[in-house]
Amino acid sequence: MPADSLLIALPLIIPLFGVALLLCLRRVPERYCLGITVGLCLLLTAASAGLVAAVVQDGVLVLRSGAWPAPFGIALVADRFSAAMVLVTAVIGLAGAIYAIGHGTAKFRGFFTPLYMALLLGVNGSFLTGDLFNLYVWFEVMLMASFVLVALPGGRPQLEAAVKYLVLNFIASAFFLVGLGVTYGIAGTLNMADLAQKFATLEDPGMVLTSATLFLIAFGIKAGIFPFYFWLPSSYHVTPTPIAAVFAGLLTKVGVYALIRVSTVVYTGQQDFIQSILLPLGILTMITGVFGAASQFLIPRILSFHIISQIGYMIIGLAFFTEAAIAATVFYIIHHILVKSNLFLVGGMVGRQLGTQQLKRTGGLYKTAPIMAALFLIPAMSLGGIPPLSGFFAKFALVQEGILLGHWIAVAAALAVGLMTLYSMIKIWNEAFWKAPPVERSAPLSRIPVTMWIPVIGLAACTITFGLFPGVFFEFAQDAAAEIMNPRAYIEAVLLPAELLDPGEAAAPAAAEAARAIEAAEGIGADAPAPAESAPDQPSLP
Amino acid sequence: MEILLPIAIGVLFGCGCYLVLRRNIVRVLLGIMLFSQGANLLLFAGAGLTPGAPPVIAGTADTFDGPYADPLPQALVLTAIVIGFAVLAFAIVLVLRAYQRGGSEDLDDFHHSEN
Repeated sequence: MPADSLLIALPLIIPLFGVALLLCLRRVPERYCLGITVGLCLLLTAASAGLVAAVVQDGVLVLRSGAWPAPFGIALVADRFSAAMVLVTAVIGLAGAIYAIGHGTAKFRGFFTPLYMALLLGVNGSFLTGDLFNLYVWFEVMLMASFVLVALPGGRPQLEAAVKYLVLNFIASAFFLVGLGVTYGIAGTLNMADLAQKFATLEDPGMVLTSATLFLIAFGIKAGIFPFYFWLPSSYHVTPTPIAAVFAGLLTKVGVYALIRVSTVVYTGQQDFIQSILLPLGILTMITGVFGAASQFLIPRILSFHIISQIGYMIIGLAFFTEAAIAATVFYIIHHILVKSNLFLVGGMVGRQLGTQQLKRTGGLYKTAPIMAALFLIPAMSLGGIPPLSGFFAKFALVQEGILLGHWIAVAAALAVGLMTLYSMIKIWNEAFWKAPPVERSAPLSRIPVTMWIPVIGLAACTITFGLFPGVFFEFAQDAAAEIMNPRAYIEAVLLPAELLDPGEAAAPAAAEAARAIEAAEGIGADAPAPAESAPDQPSLP
Repeated sequence: MEILLPIAIGVLFGCGCYLVLRRNIVRVLLGIMLFSQGANLLLFAGAGLTPGAPPVIAGTADTFDGPYADPLPQALVLTAIVIGFAVLAFAIVLVLRAYQRGGSEDLDDFHHSEN
């Protein structure tokens, strides 16, 4: 058990240590700092892989921080889904850090690496926490790091983008807080597993729907769902490539993850309501995103709009709400993170080589850089859903489930949007790689440093592996979906009865006391003299 | 007494919403301040109020005797206030820098990140 606990804590401890260490090393030349960051990301990847292995072997793992039993202390929970997300985060973090060596981070005045680690810390924390308020805190850790990363280069576009990004996400956080207030008012707890049990026995669903809607808005803004996505395409493309790639891969997916987690663990009883909202929103998200992309001519901006359209696929997968659809969604999320980050990185290489990412002024790269062209084609075709690559299997599973369930509009939209995605990718291909270079270019092409090639090739290899052995990954996604759709195991693992607790892990009297409190937790309100809480509730500080 | 809090929350959200929809960036900033204060107040009041009762167990006793105030919302709101304060402090500096850089406080001029 202690080893398992350590495995859950490591994805948080390593970045936290990194933040502290790299802040101290601010005056050290950036290449050493980036080297340390890459090393830490390697460690993180190894630890996350260990976590995935442990979760596959032992099922849901729980770390009760401070050994307080579950509804009182903050529980960190890892099931297959969250462990896989942590692993993908580490992989993307590693890719971005290596790419940053070649890209250079001088504009960040020494703050790049600590902020980068803080970002990974917030993302990992959001994936691992089992407590809604703690999720809010991790969101803020992640957002704070990302605000500064957007604004720090300090040009006019960056500052203006940061203002928009900050205002909209701040409002999302306010909605999140209101949702937390309402939820705590109804149920007297914010632990997700505990909430699931409390909500299941509740008579009046009205307020539960209110809190569900508030969370939907809060997570919807972070995930970039249809009416809330406007901050995304106006902020991602002004950030330097490694940051844009990490943002594109991870930040919106944290919102999607939170949506999936909350609607499958906490709001299982409100499924019809959630589905009736999410399905149209998912379809609209796909369509508006892809049309937005069609009208753009700056590579990262096209790709930003495609994040939105792909989020739509994940949302309809969640809205279908069957085990197969959730499996497809899990597969889709992981595929999408790898592919989208890779596309941003390749886009950055194009920009590096030609000095511009404006499609009107690019061209001829197929001739001068055929390997780059091939490396663009792999993730681009995967995003468009061309057969042997990962995107095909993700879309196939989703569409198949949609047909089986008879959601014809969603299926039609998914297929049409897939076609439009392909159109956008071919647009980039034609303009940047295929067409003859514009005549006025006289400056020699810049060399691409090898540290930019490594992550792009690595991520492309991941995409191909996904495509060649979809069965292995799909099996994992199905197991993850089975866990997600049957949250019994999750809930029981978190709310382990006190007598089953390892005696070394929790002080026995406190645990027994808490168990009695769970039994009679009906009246957490102020008027009923509730049983003793020998565990003083701790404020969940980051 | 309890009726005052919902009214205050409503006023904060209403004013915040109005200000967020202004074009002047400083008003938007004030708007999100009011918004977050409204959210904090709601988080605090959401679990109900128990005036005149302690949130902690008396030093000599093992359990609460009599009514007590729920200590958790107080801890939550304290955390939320601290986080909101940090983000707002950053937001103020960011808006100032954006104003110095662009020379305009009108959000319609904030279009340099859009192309």
